[in-house]
Amino acid sequence: MATIADILAEHKDKEGPLLPVLHDVQKMFGHVSEEAMREIAQALNLTRAEVYGVVSFYHDFRKEAEPRPVLKLCRSEACKARGVEALVPIADNQSRIKVEAIYCLGLCAVGPSAMVGEKVYARLDGAKFKTLLEAM
Amino acid sequence: MTVRISDDAVAIACGADDVASAFIAAGVAVERVSSWGMHWLEPLVDIDGIGYGPVSVDQVADIIKGNTPSLGRIEDHPFIANQTRLTFARAGKTRPLSLDDYYASDGWLGLARAREMGAQATIDTVMTSGLRGRGGAGFPAGIKWQTVARASGEKKYIVCNADEGDSATFADRMVMEGDPFMLIEGMAIAGFAVGADKGYVYIRSEYPHAIAKMEAAIKLSAHLVAPFVVEVRVGAGAYICGEETSLLNSLEGKRGEVRAKPPLPALEGLFGKPTIVNNVLTLAAIPWVLQHGGEAYAAFGAGRSRGTMPIQIAGNVKHGGLYEVAFGITLGELVHDIGGGTASGRPVRCVQVGGPLGAYIPPAQFHLPFDYEAFAAADALIGHAGVNIFDDTVDMAQMARFAMEFCAVESCGKCTPCRLGSTRGVETLDQIIAGKNVDANLALIADLSETMKFGSLCALGGFTPYPVMSAIKHFPEDFR
Repeated sequence: MATIADILAEHKDKEGPLLPVLHDVQKMFGHVSEEAMREIAQALNLTRAEVYGVVSFYHDFRKEAEPRPVLKLCRSEACKARGVEALVPIADNQSRIKVEAIYCLGLCAVGPSAMVGEKVYARLDGAKFKTLLEAM
Repeated sequence: MTVRISDDAVAIACGADDVASAFIAAGVAVERVSSWGMHWLEPLVDIDGIGYGPVSVDQVADIIKGNTPSLGRIEDHPFIANQTRLTFARAGKTRPLSLDDYYASDGWLGLARAREMGAQATIDTVMTSGLRGRGGAGFPAGIKWQTVARASGEKKYIVCNADEGDSATFADRMVMEGDPFMLIEGMAIAGFAVGADKGYVYIRSEYPHAIAKMEAAIKLSAHLVAPFVVEVRVGAGAYICGEETSLLNSLEGKRGEVRAKPPLPALEGLFGKPTIVNNVLTLAAIPWVLQHGGEAYAAFGAGRSRGTMPIQIAGNVKHGGLYEVAFGITLGELVHDIGGGTASGRPVRCVQVGGPLGAYIPPAQFHLPFDYEAFAAADALIGHAGVNIFDDTVDMAQMARFAMEFCAVESCGKCTPCRLGSTRGVETLDQIIAGKNVDANLALIADLSETMKFGSLCALGGFTPYPVMSAIKHFPEDFR
């Protein structure tokens, strides 16, 4: 398993390396911890406040790991037009899976759509959505 | 028998991988190609030019035996035959990561032509084409390129804005997943024209398939665009980073906060250097423009909107997908004749054009031609040309509220009208939806919208009033 030092070394020649570094840290550890932020700040000659500011700005970075499996459900206009809001109560009636809103997967003519990790799902209806949640 | 199935995200999300596996298991070779853009037919199976779709795994055996009715020749399907595909000429036909396919379909001819005619003639060609920025603002690409070319400085950058966050848009995704070399070629031409040796493609993290295809295509074509170097950078879930100055800050490793303009990015952009920031579709149009000449491109279109626009028909629509056509087509044609009305079969209530910051347009205005100026005159915008269709079950007060809520979630926080206005907007619309002081609160929303429109630094706060006020104007009954 790579360490934060390995990740930093891999990106050291990039211009503006902070986002690529944070993406890799998030992927490797499931979150960007306080200690990670210190180490990154030190290595990139940034203040901790600058790194914290970036981590907290972007929806993709978590300061604490999410213990549950995560499903991202598109709640944008095109998926609303295709009935995604009817799926929301199904998500709310369970707590095993963390269902997060995402704004657009670019699958706007075949929604409602969702993403789990890097897998995408389209044409969801109540039954398909339930099956998807249960299979996670 | 050649079986072709798309491997773009729409096809995969609709089950294309399973269908492809079923053909392979039956001993049939499968080529994974780009998507034709007929999304209601995905997974679309193309056997020697004849189409079947949408195909499920249990139909595969019958299709192989010839027992399944086909859609006929895909190229003759009215949805495809009536388009003018310049940017999407290869859609459905080529393997996205095949350099052979790209060469065989006129790939790299635009770059060769640019190198032959020289930098200034390349810029002049783009100028002549009348190509305007396809990201939404519609700024003439040639003028931007000329500005960067004339800017002093050794180091310049090409930045491709692939942060396609608007709902009902997917043309950028289709270019990157279906024809990535075309985008790389467009960026290389831009780099050659203005003297930049480095290009970044900033892709949103919601597009993992596009990221993978672009990274692979960059490796495969590095020797062909050298000394120009292209690198992918991945966004981190912030809608605001589609705004060009936020995007530049994000690329630099900062919070994606909007910069005040001036200075223009063309003069002080990435790391303070002169930078072209162009949308995927703008850069993807460039190879065609160079290969065929500026006049040929300008021959398409209407008024000051020249060329073709890859329009994305989405939402509650029967025949949704990618429809590239010359400017000037009317909304009514797009919604009814091409889109076939709603998927639900209910009457169309409205469309939203231009993503979350675009106006809601009622059927009474479906005569509007697709043209930057015609839309602006009707208090609407083309944006990235997404047309999102709603049936008569939509609650426009909820949609207006969502516009404000979205702005509140995605605001970068730098300017007050956007940061605070959006939250106050949600609260006020909640009051209206609850039936409290409706007239006074509607007046408040109108006032707040004015402040946001004229007081915000960028289009997020500045354009959120479009969906809100158009909903109130055209559908007042939903707010009572």
